[in-house]
Order: sequence, then C-alpha cells, then structure tokens
Amino acid sequence: MKPVKNKSIIPGFGLSFGLTITILSLVVLLPLCSLVVFTLKLTPSEFLYTITRPRVLSGYRVSILTALAASLVNAVMGLVMAWVLVRYEFPGKKIIDGIIELPFALPTAVAGISLTHLTTTNGWVGKIFYERFGIRIAYTRLGITIALIFIGIPFVVRSVQPVLEKVDLQYEEAAMILGADRRTTFLRVIFPEILPSLISGFTLAFARSIGEYGSVVFIAGNTPYETEIAPLLIMSELQEFDYTAATSIALVMLAIAFVILSVNAVLQSIVSRRVSGLA
Amino acid sequence: MKLRNNSGPAKWILILLVSIFLAVFLILPLVYILMTALGRGLGVYRAAVTDPYAVKALLLTLRATLWAVAVNTLFGIAAAWCLTKYAFRGKKIISTLIDLPVTVSPIIAGLIYVLTFGRQSFLYPILDSRGIQIIFAVPGIILATIFVTFPFISRELIPVLTAQGTDEEEAAALMGAGTWTIFRRVTFPHIKWALLYGIVLCTARAMGEFGAVSVLSGHLRGKTNTLPLYIELLYQGYDFTGAFAASSLLVIMAVIVLILRIFLEHRGKKELDLHK
Amino acid sequence: MRTNQFESMKESEKINYSGNHLLGERKGMAPAAKRAAALLIAAAVAAGALTACGGASGAGAGTADSGQDSTGAAKENGAQGEVIELTNVSYDPTRELYAAYNQIFEPYYKELTGQEVVVTQSHGGSGKQALEVSNGLEADVVTLALEGDVQVVADAGLIDDGFTSEFPLDSSPYTSTIVFLVRSGNPKKIYDWDDLIRDDVGVITPNPKTSGGAMWNYLAAWYYFEQQGQSEEEILESIRKLYGNVVVLDSGARGATTSFVENGQGDVLLAWENEAFLSLKEYPGEYEIVVPSVSILCQPTVAVVDEVARKHGTEDAAAEYLSYLYSDEAQVIEAQNFYRPSTQEIYEEYVADTDSNTITEIPADGHWINDNIVLTDITHFGGWSEARSKHFADGAYFDQIYEQ
Repeated sequence: MKPVKNKSIIPGFGLSFGLTITILSLVVLLPLCSLVVFTLKLTPSEFLYTITRPRVLSGYRVSILTALAASLVNAVMGLVMAWVLVRYEFPGKKIIDGIIELPFALPTAVAGISLTHLTTTNGWVGKIFYERFGIRIAYTRLGITIALIFIGIPFVVRSVQPVLEKVDLQYEEAAMILGADRRTTFLRVIFPEILPSLISGFTLAFARSIGEYGSVVFIAGNTPYETEIAPLLIMSELQEFDYTAATSIALVMLAIAFVILSVNAVLQSIVSRRVSGLA
Repeated sequence: MKLRNNSGPAKWILILLVSIFLAVFLILPLVYILMTALGRGLGVYRAAVTDPYAVKALLLTLRATLWAVAVNTLFGIAAAWCLTKYAFRGKKIISTLIDLPVTVSPIIAGLIYVLTFGRQSFLYPILDSRGIQIIFAVPGIILATIFVTFPFISRELIPVLTAQGTDEEEAAALMGAGTWTIFRRVTFPHIKWALLYGIVLCTARAMGEFGAVSVLSGHLRGKTNTLPLYIELLYQGYDFTGAFAASSLLVIMAVIVLILRIFLEHRGKKELDLHK
Repeated sequence: MRTNQFESMKESEKINYSGNHLLGERKGMAPAAKRAAALLIAAAVAAGALTACGGASGAGAGTADSGQDSTGAAKENGAQGEVIELTNVSYDPTRELYAAYNQIFEPYYKELTGQEVVVTQSHGGSGKQALEVSNGLEADVVTLALEGDVQVVADAGLIDDGFTSEFPLDSSPYTSTIVFLVRSGNPKKIYDWDDLIRDDVGVITPNPKTSGGAMWNYLAAWYYFEQQGQSEEEILESIRKLYGNVVVLDSGARGATTSFVENGQGDVLLAWENEAFLSLKEYPGEYEIVVPSVSILCQPTVAVVDEVARKHGTEDAAAEYLSYLYSDEAQVIEAQNFYRPSTQEIYEEYVADTDSNTITEIPADGHWINDNIVLTDITHFGGWSEARSKHFADGAYFDQIYEQ
C-alpha cells in the first residue's frame, strides 16, 4: 500500500472531515464533556472517596471478573465458530451464520428476562443443574456470566471470520507438505494471522460486557458485594439523587473502556509488527 | 484442496460443539420467547401485538431505527473516507472516539444526554425558550439510538477502504473528477457490500436498544415508549404473554433483517465472482 | 429497499476508469473556497439532520403518533375545544389504579368543564421518576410512592412550597402498608417479622437504595424490632440478619414480585399490600398474605408540578385531577385496587371482620382490609429527610449492614 501523502490530491477532505467532526462532536464529544464538567463539581478527594468506596470497588470487581470470564468463553467459542463457518461445508451452515448477530438485535432486557426464566431453579435449564449438581445459575455470578456470554457472542466470530477467510490455503498446504502436522500448522501459520482480529474481538466483547446493564440486572440478583455490577451502582446513585456520585462512577467506567480500547490499539500494532516481521 | 474437503472427526466434533453452544445460548432463549408468546393461543397473541400502544411503540422504534441508520450511514461514509483517504493529525484520536460508544455502558450513554440536555444543563434554558425538548422526548431517543450504533457502519467501511488504498481515487482526481463523481464511480462500488452489512448491523442493534433509551425516555406511555421499553412495562404488569408476544415482534424483525443480509451477501458474492 | 441502487451499482461497475466520463465535472471553484463551502455544507447537513429529528417528532410524518410535541402543544392547551393533555408521572405499582382512574376522570372532567382531557401515564421506580421530572420530564402531576420523592421535585424548583397541604390528609388520597406474601399453606410458618431472621427462611425484598417501596419495608422491620425493646445495636443486628436472608435484592418492587412469583425464589416476599393482593388475584390458590403484627402506614404523595402546569396552561385540570382522587367514586376505585381509601366511610366498607392474620384468597364480599395491625408512620422516624440520612444515605445504616 502506498503511504498517504499529507496533501492528498483527492478532493472532498473538507466535506468528509467537516461531517465527521460535526457529527462526532454533537453525538459523542459534547455529551462526554458534560460528564467531565459535572464530575468536576467534586473536589479531588471527594471524587477519590466516591469511586473507592468498598461497595463500588466490589462493583467494578464483579463487572470485570464476569466480563473477563464471559469474553474468554466467547474468544474460544468465537474462534471455533469462525473456523467452522469458514473451513467446513455442512447443512445448516447458513442458518448458523445468520443467527450470530441475533444478540445485537434482541433487546438486552428481553434476553435477560428469558435467560433468567430458563436458569432459575424452576427453569428448564436451571432445574437440571440445580437438581443434578446443586448448582444455582440465576442470581449468582455464574448467571451474570451467562448473560454476558449471550450478548458477546457476535464480537469475536465477526472479527476473526473475515480474516480467516483471507488466510491463503497455499501457506497451510506448503506447511503440511514441509511436514508440519495439523497442530503446528495451526499454531505457526494460521494463528499468528488471525491473532490481531482475535484480540480485537475479545477486547470489544470485554468492553461491552463490562458496561452491560439491561440483561444482567434481571439475572444478577443484585446482592451487594456478591452480584452487584458497576452499572447498577450508577443507577442506584441516580435513584438517590446523587448525580455527582453517579457521574464519578460513570467516568471511571468510561476510563476503563478507553483503556481497554487503547490496550487493544497497542496490542494490534505490536502483533501486526511481529507478524509482518515473521513473514 | 485436501484441506478444503477436510472431513475428519475433528470437523464434526467442532460443528457439534458450535451447534450445542448456539443452541443453548441463542436458540433456547428464542424458543422460550416464542413458546411463552403463543402459550395462551393465537387469539391472545394477535390481541397483544395489535394493541394500540404496542403499535405505537413499534412505530417509534422503527422511526428511531431509521434515523439512526440514516445519520450513521452519512457519518460512516464521511468518517471512513476521511480516515482512509487523507493523512492528518489527530486521526488516531478520532478513530478511538468513534469506537468508544460501543464500549460505553448504555446507562452512561443515556446519562450523558440527560446531563447535556437536562434541566441542570446550561443548554436547557436556550432550548426550552425555543420550545425544543430533547430528553424525555423523541429526539433524545433518536440521539441515544444513534450513539449506541455509532461505529457500526464506519467500522465496516474502514478496513475495506484501507485495503483498497488511494490509487484509484488519485487517478480519478488527476483526471479532474469531482468529489461526488469519485465517490460514486470509484469508491462506492468497492464499499457497497460492507456498507450494506453495516446498515444491517446498525438496524438490528438500533431496534433492540434498551439501557440508554430507558434512561432518557421518561416512559410516557404511547409517546416515548419504544418497543423494548413497552416489553419491560408489560413484563412488570404481569402480562408475560403480552411481553413475550411483543418480544417476538422484535425477534421476527431481527430475523427478517438477518435473512435479508444473507440474501444480499449471496448476491454480492455472485457479482464478485462474475468480475473475477 | 435498496434494489434500485443495485441496478445503478452494476452499471457503474461496467464503466472503466479511463477518466473520459469524469472530465469536465465541477471545476471552477477555487480550492480554498470550495473547501470552506464544503465544510459549511457538512456542518449544516449534520446539524440539520440532528435538529430535524426535533422538528419531526411532533408531526411524525406517517407515524400514528398522536401528534403531540409536549412543548409545542403548550399554548393551544389553554383554548377551549382543544384536547388538554395531562402527564401523570407515577411509581410502579399504580399502573392498574391509574388506568382505571383515568377512565372515570376523563368523562368527569368533560362534563364538568366541557373540556376534553387525555392523560398520559408514566410508571417506574419512584426515585427514578422523581429524578426524571426534576430533570425536565414534563409531568403536570406527580403521584409518587413517598413524600421524600416529591420533595426532590420541589427542591428542583418545580413545585411550589407547601405541597403537602395543598390537598387533604398531607396530600395522600390513599395509603397502603407492607405485608408478607408467602407460598400456599405457609410451609415455612412465617407469621411475623421475627420469623424473617430464622436461618431457613429466604426473603425477597427490593433494594431500598433503588426502590421507594423497599424503604418502607426496611422501616417497618425496624419498627417491629424497636417495639420488641431492642437497642439500636440489636435492631441493626436483626436487620443485618434479615437482609442476610435476602435471596434476590431486586432494583424495584415489581422486579421483586416477579422473582418471587414467576421465578419461584425465596419463601416470603415483603410487598406493598396492593401488590400482594394483586398476586392473589393473578395466581389464585398459589399464595397467601400474612399480615404481621406491626407495619408502617405508607403514604404515597401527590402534587401538581406547578411550573410545568403553568407552562402548559394545565393548572386547573391538574389540580382537579388530583382533588378528584378524594371523591367517593375515585376512593372506591382505589379500594378496588387494594389501596386503603382515606374517606372513613368507604374505608369501613372494605374492612374485613376477622381475627385471622392470614388471607388465603380475595374475600368474595370485597372486605379485604385487615385491621389487626399496628401501623406506625414516617413521623416516627423524624420525617423523610432524617430517615434518609440515618438509614439510606451512603455509608448510613443500610450500607453498614452489608459491610464485611
């Protein structure tokens, strides 16, 4: 690819840049600024106190732990799904391919309600688990994780799939001919190619899961220190008419999201450099 | 070609694994929704989905979705074009900001608009004196929907445009073509499938948005209740059949959108093959 | 929808990029001017798109929206003949009540003034609703779960001082109390508050930090243990045990009812009396109500949101809407929806003649009010602002019982 020159001769910079900046400012920047301005009403020590109360810390912890578990499951399953969808032909493949975006389209509340009904100790699935193994799903962290797995399904599949499609079979065949077994071929040839997309799918799913509210609030049980997630704390601060506390917690969550995205950006550049270095 | 026709046990184990996973996590909740929706017979179901409030909620959802798709398409094309065809300072920041809404908790997304346009904001007196109400009214719902689906289209376009490079546009520009002509004749053919996929994603997500809209809707029955909020309302009113019936509307709409996508993608691939 | 574009796309792909077609289009403008113009257009388009959603919201081209932009409708509302719109922002369990009440109020007001009126309802957690009204949700009247929540709206400068004396009986036309809902046959033998701290009992109650009703639950329990002669530390310990038994701490009253009824969690639900009766009605034979020895008199408060009503020109209709809640017709509807009416004669009509504190079904004769209960009220706790700061504020008693 040719490096883009600073003074591009392609016209339309003004138009596209103007549109981008205007909409970006109106939809994203302006509202985010008001969040920051609002938080500035607190002194730094008040702010610090608000965001480090034990209950709030435990909220972050619950959110991060369950989101991490769910995203890991989704990373593994997403990789397998992408593999199956790209490499194999089988009846019903189109259907599987088609329904993957469903979690996007289904309102999170609906997903939460139906998952809760399914996994309580009376539900279709919950009953089996409770009676056979004594495991409760709904109203525990396990339940939260399940809801987060549901909403995070599309992220990894959809970022790995297109990359996997482009991986040239010739390399694999070459590797096989040179005597590499399946595992080695996968680990040495295919995996490095899809790693950046896997990471980016994982981080997106992770970031999305940390902030999820609609589906989790039904299934979580919301017991403080046990299953109380950070977004619920924001809601409960709001109910207490404490806007500044709510915005402080929101700001921390926002910072977490920003850090996750930045880490992703850094990882992307490291990984892609390593891959091109290998090639 | 040996790899392509791989049919060892590994293949079937993996397919089985995927099928079970999706059956448990995706199909089962759907089946549950549909069964509960139809649990009391078709008559009850029909009454539930033709309730005037349900219809109003559905129309509001469609309206918010259309706005979100329109604004995000415009933005997505502009942003993708701008980020891939030119080099300028602050590109990384813009790119990160575009991604941010996906990772922001929907609650926060709603909250920031309440803070920006609510009574305690400095903007409120200005808007109020002109009779403009944003939050707790339809414009706020539309804004929140735009926010949560913000990157969906641009994220689909950027990789395609990056891969395509700038040579063709430069050539066209050198020959004196205007912006619109270049876009329409050179760039658009490359991105149309990605654009379509983005639109599908955006539509799907916009229809189902709950958290952000819930924070700033005000829940005015028949006015600012979107379909997902209406479902919550029914659910909390012990009308489980009605709630799941309304949910099934969303499920059906989602399935239609997704089928449309498969169909279009199929057409797109065929077209691509012809060109090869 | 997009097929037209496909056709044109196909054509465009056939064109080779020789450039001949492209020549001669759009020259002439100086680059700088062009760029500036483009930027302007872009900004205008974007701003236009965003504000247009504002403009479009009222007329709503082609949608079945009844055409009200709550803001634009303000002026016309004063005029006779136009339909007045009232927005009533209420809390969760009053859905059924106000659905029924609006049906009698609308014809009543038409007859009284010749003016047509339509009421739009909004329901949600009481605290959240109060906050939304303070933030610009244009409610003409609020009918919330507790005075403290109405006070929040007043503090935002939207309600004139003295709202509790604007209508009779501290502006609460109906009251309720907190009772227990248990599973049929009362398998865990739960009869009073001290049964809730037994190790084998699972309790469902919403979170007092997010639900107005749950604050009443908490305070009622507090009052019981106080009546047992416990010291403040002992009460706190009992309350800690009680909340230790809580299986699901939902964010709202309706959510808690769903967890108990629909999802089968816990052995006892601490519920608004009207919610408990509603469950008996919806699921006959599956549940029983246990009326504890003591509880708390919950006084939901109503108020006209003066500033909004003035802006909409709906002050008269709003005031009438609330004062009609005290009329005999309305009091009967409240009683039928299991709220305790404030008019003594109507109240008497619904009192049950029984010594039992267990209610297994909705009395066929409609006498559902159980009088064998000692009720305290919020003044016992020094009013809402004191109760809030002592029990529910950050770091107050409720937070302390969860500290580990």
